[in-house]
Amino acid sequence: MKPFTYERAGSPAEAAAAAARRPEAKFIAGGTNLLDLMKLQIETPAHLIDVNGLKLDTIEPTQEGGLRIGALVRNTDLAADERVRRDYGVLSRALLAGASGQLRNRATTAGNLLQRTRCPYFYDTNMACNKRRPGSGCSAIGGINRQHAVVGASEACIATHPSDMAVAMRVLDASIETVKPQGATRTISIAELHRLPGDTPNVETVLEAGELITAVTLPRPVGGSQQYRKVRDRASYAFALVSVAAIVQPDGSGRVALGGVAHKPWRLDAADAEMPRGAKAVAGKLFADAKPTEHNAFKLPLAERALASVLADARG
Amino acid sequence: MASPPQQELRRRSMIAAAATTAAIGTVPAALAQSSAETPPEAAKATTLKVSFTVNGKPRDLELDPRTTLLDALREGMNLTGTKKGCDHGQCGACTVLLDGRRINSCLTLAVMHPGADITTVEGLGTPDRLHPMQAAFVKHDGYQCGYCTPGQICSAVAVLAEIEAGIPSHVTTDLNAKPQLTGAELRERMSGNICRCGAYSNIVDAITEVAGSKA
Ligand SMILES: Cc1cc2nc3c(=O)[nH]c(=O)nc-3n(C[C@H](O)[C@H](O)[C@H](O)COP(=O)(O)OP(=O)(O)OC[C@H]3O[C@@H](n4cnc5c(N)ncnc54)[C@H](O)[C@@H]3O)c2cc1C
Ligand code: SF4
Repeated sequence: MKPFTYERAGSPAEAAAAAARRPEAKFIAGGTNLLDLMKLQIETPAHLIDVNGLKLDTIEPTQEGGLRIGALVRNTDLAADERVRRDYGVLSRALLAGASGQLRNRATTAGNLLQRTRCPYFYDTNMACNKRRPGSGCSAIGGINRQHAVVGASEACIATHPSDMAVAMRVLDASIETVKPQGATRTISIAELHRLPGDTPNVETVLEAGELITAVTLPRPVGGSQQYRKVRDRASYAFALVSVAAIVQPDGSGRVALGGVAHKPWRLDAADAEMPRGAKAVAGKLFADAKPTEHNAFKLPLAERALASVLADARG
Repeated sequence: MASPPQQELRRRSMIAAAATTAAIGTVPAALAQSSAETPPEAAKATTLKVSFTVNGKPRDLELDPRTTLLDALREGMNLTGTKKGCDHGQCGACTVLLDGRRINSCLTLAVMHPGADITTVEGLGTPDRLHPMQAAFVKHDGYQCGYCTPGQICSAVAVLAEIEAGIPSHVTTDLNAKPQLTGAELRERMSGNICRCGAYSNIVDAITEVAGSKA
């Protein structure tokens, strides 16, 4: 790791002020992604602001009948929360499908959303990568890209977002509460939080430098059969090749978001509208603009079949 | 292959010598970082103080902020039971209990844990007073080379507590019911601990015995 200075913040206002003082700083929460990348010198912050003491580790009901999840709530605690298990089962399922027990005990709600891609060329500092070193090229295009995006990618980057939790948050229409370094707060919908790669794959979210996530809110429960199906190379402890988060209502209507196929959780209104007509119709919309590579074209039928299996389970 | 006793002794005494240096409470920057990649100004890099409890014993350390909890335990406190495998959270060899919950000690900084209560494999039991999980691993041959074993044991102790606390897993069928103590549950929950020798089935037997169930 490159040397860095370190401070602990005691409140969101303190963290914001620290970020304003040190624009090159990074927040550290669970550290399970950031330290991994710092050891490889893919991330080289000169200053760390430890946000573990911000007391943002509770889950509270909202006036609208939803839940407000503190940014520092650990993945284990979120998955195990009684209200989440009962009313937002897709979120519990997605969290439990990710990482390991040890990692989920540290990983936080905000850190999980902001974890970086698992593209092997991003991790290999000897290889060209526009996300790690803008302008250097993309080794995955024309390389071994079995894990990569099939839709929404660009000429600059075909990486996927690795989070399982974010896919469930997307299907649940979560929103992200933040505070900027100068103290202003705002709410960002999960649909808008992550960006497509475009020409600037190094810019992954709409967050500004030093903008702190304080909470993620879920709207009131929508009921239905809630499912998360993750397809991966091992039965456990592996990132998704494709994943399906779905909420299916008794009348057959519903919503669906996919993981493992794009630079962000992939959900389209036009695809949701096809839910009563089945997996083929939904996948047709989700992948209308798909540009798979030779190595990852299998993801299209795989996602469609995973969705078909989810719909069959939802029908009971 | 077992190393000849003398060579083994020398390796041990070298570790002990390193530990004596560290016993004054400082992990030299060189231990946290190879000097080759450390720019000159980092030589006088600030160290930070942190105090926590390890295996019931209060510890006051002064560390380069880059020191992971794993390196602080092994290099700073001579608690070499906790192993460094991949150093990237992928293998589980570094698993310890932090305030009773299992974590990968390689992916957290020591300075992030003031006031914490940390338990390593050395704190679970001693050679003459083994923790039931340690005894069960011995009885069921839950290892071959033994390198992953401290992490497996710490993880296994926490797994039983997690099931007891009603924390669901990926294979729990009903999210709203208490998770069952089955072989499938144990395998899923232990998936963060890799064993290259493949002692998995004996590990599940050991944990099952401690849980007192016929999973
Ligand atoms: C071996 C391994 C396997 C894994 N498998 C999976 C998997 O299958 N599925 C999956 O989804 N994930 C997986 N993960 C990733 C894991 O879920 C993430 O590492 C974790 O969620 C990150 O959370 P954290 O709190 O540790 O984040 P950190 O590492 O602390 O931070 C991550 C990023 O978020 C920023 N950040 C943190 N908190 C805030 C905040 N409040 N406001 C603004 N910025 C903030 C940090 O600056 C940093 O850039 C795996 C990780 C490992 C190491
Ligand atoms: S796909 Fe993106 S992250 Fe991977 S090498 Fe190309 S630019 Fe880098």
